[in-house]
Amino acid sequence: MEKRAIFQGRLLPFALVAPQLVVTLVFFYWPASQAVWQSFLQEDAFGLSSEFVGFANYRDLFAKADYYRTIGTTAFFSALVTALSLSIALFLAVQADRQLKGATAYRTLLIWPYAVAPAVAGVLWFFMFQPSLGLVSQGLRGLGFTWNPLLDSTDAMALVVMAATWKQVSYNFLFFLAGLQAIPKSVIEAAAIDGARPVRRFWTIVFPLLSPTTFYLFVVNVVYVFFDTFGIIDATTAGGPAKATETLVYKVYSDGRVGGDLGGSAAQSVILMVIVIALTAVQFRFIERKVQY
Amino acid sequence: MTTVKPLILAAAFSLAASAAQAQVELQWWHAMTGANNDVIVKLAEDFNASQKDYKVVPSYKGSYADTLNAGIAAYRAGNAPHIMQVFEVGTATMMAAKGAIMPVQTMMKDAGETFDPKAYLPAITGYYSTVKGEMLSFPFNSSSMVMWVNRDALRKAGLNPDQPPKTWPEVFEAAKTLKAAGFATCGVSTAWTTWANIEQLGAWHNVPLATRANGMDGFDTVLQINAPLYVKHLETLVALQKDKTFDYSGRTNTGEGRFTSGECPLFLTSSAFYGNVKANAKFDYSNAPMPYYPDVPGAPQNSIIGGASLWVMGGKPAAEYKGVAKFFTFLSDTDRQAKLHTESGYLPITKAAYEKVKASGFYDKNPLLETALKELTNKEPTENSRGLRFGGMVQMRDVWSEEIEAALAGKKSAKEALDAAVARGNEMLRKFEQTATR
Repeated sequence: MEKRAIFQGRLLPFALVAPQLVVTLVFFYWPASQAVWQSFLQEDAFGLSSEFVGFANYRDLFAKADYYRTIGTTAFFSALVTALSLSIALFLAVQADRQLKGATAYRTLLIWPYAVAPAVAGVLWFFMFQPSLGLVSQGLRGLGFTWNPLLDSTDAMALVVMAATWKQVSYNFLFFLAGLQAIPKSVIEAAAIDGARPVRRFWTIVFPLLSPTTFYLFVVNVVYVFFDTFGIIDATTAGGPAKATETLVYKVYSDGRVGGDLGGSAAQSVILMVIVIALTAVQFRFIERKVQY
Repeated sequence: MTTVKPLILAAAFSLAASAAQAQVELQWWHAMTGANNDVIVKLAEDFNASQKDYKVVPSYKGSYADTLNAGIAAYRAGNAPHIMQVFEVGTATMMAAKGAIMPVQTMMKDAGETFDPKAYLPAITGYYSTVKGEMLSFPFNSSSMVMWVNRDALRKAGLNPDQPPKTWPEVFEAAKTLKAAGFATCGVSTAWTTWANIEQLGAWHNVPLATRANGMDGFDTVLQINAPLYVKHLETLVALQKDKTFDYSGRTNTGEGRFTSGECPLFLTSSAFYGNVKANAKFDYSNAPMPYYPDVPGAPQNSIIGGASLWVMGGKPAAEYKGVAKFFTFLSDTDRQAKLHTESGYLPITKAAYEKVKASGFYDKNPLLETALKELTNKEPTENSRGLRFGGMVQMRDVWSEEIEAALAGKKSAKEALDAAVARGNEMLRKFEQTATR
């Protein structure tokens, strides 16, 4: 049965949709079109002189090995963070979904990190892992590991991956837990009666039934890694050492805001926008087919 | 009763408003926090109390980069502040924006204020002046780089704390001795890696960073930071990084805590670090001039400044510029400069103020505050030590840092890293030249 509101006139439905449309126009289409226009200009920071340069900004970008490396870094970073944050969250959610004493307390604690702003999370991890004074670094050094994210690119990447994952696990956990609780107990019990062991039950029943949640989270996580990790990177490594943790969105910032190259930075954000639209489209087109609603 | 109150309030407000209308408001955007913010507020209050025609309104706009960006955005939107505090590396960006700025010297002349550029310390104003010596912005908070010394550590290692190492070879020897004496993770280090190991290194040895007087003569400047001096210095640092005799402390000043915590006994950073050391160091400390290489003829030359200056934005009515000019005259006052210097640790900007503080015997009791001034005035500045002016300097520093990091991590040789820094930096300079001179 479908529920449908019937409106008498034409005006009311449009009036009701208008706020949403206005918000989208003002906060998305308008700035996006500005970015596209700016990407064809070369301009000084004050906007005193600007020249239409066609695709020169794009050509400059793709002529540099730098840009490809940043794309590579972003791909590596997002794959790692998405995979880790999804699998850790799922593991935790499955554990928390049992009949446990004080389960609510566990759940609340696991959700907390999501309330932390990315920049704050970044600063937190920066302090813990600060090479000479950080608590964790001192512990690592005590165990005989050398830890120096200021110079070692692997250490720096590990640091931002950990911080970004930690921040996102709670969000994923929340959704996974809700998803798990929506799975009818009867199905699982039936499987148990048929003799399926917990691991088998998870992979043949729970995981497929959870796929809409997983798919949704997958899309959201990819977008998160592309954009929202900016604060974490800025506060922990600022893209260093030697650009080892510079992602696409960080490069937009450092070229445009720090470097004052607005045209080049706008071209990058247009490319970034295209990449994310394409990724989301691909996800909906191909992965969604395998999702069982 | 309840209806009367708002009426009185409204009346009070309109009275205050009409009183304020007679005054010309001058917006002053700055990036100072904590004690430095108090200094700014106090200066504005004192100026406002000293006369009735103008009212300086300071507002904090975030970090230096944030303040600059806020100012640029405001200019584009047509409501720029009158006065904007811009850090030294933003100088080229501001200077290139002809029309968006009002050169300080021109403004002072137009407003009829007495203004003699020679009254100011050349090592400071040189950074903010054109080749012809025209002062473009008004120096506000200036510092320079010095070497902070943990005297207890030197004693522990059997070194004489009254004679801290003077040259780089002596510093490296001392660092090795210190390392052997228990400072295993860091003998010597620097904050602001490019400021210390490239910019100051060049000025202190009278070696150019770039052609065209380090870019001060024109935007068609070409970098020369792969010259032998820079390569030799970085090579040495790379070799010493292996066993942590030298240990890298990051691009900005976030590593400064390594000195105050006692981890790094020799540490090069800003002279403005003084307040922090005084508050946090639980050991006997002092500072010394930056080390130099004795085999470079003429070294040490003079150091260059860091800090920020006040830029006056363009396109305002003459009456408002009159107020800004009066405010700058107020700031230049000898007694005020002397007081500002001794209380806040900022360097004085006029010769008279420096002389006055010197004559008062202040430095005999506080020698640490004079080290930077001695460096700055060590010799008459040359083309290589007056300062530097590169477009996009903020990002340029990041590029140089990236290459230094690559060398220290052993991914590139020192020469390869500095060659790459030159190539990448020149590319940025050309792009800036293209947009700046059109």
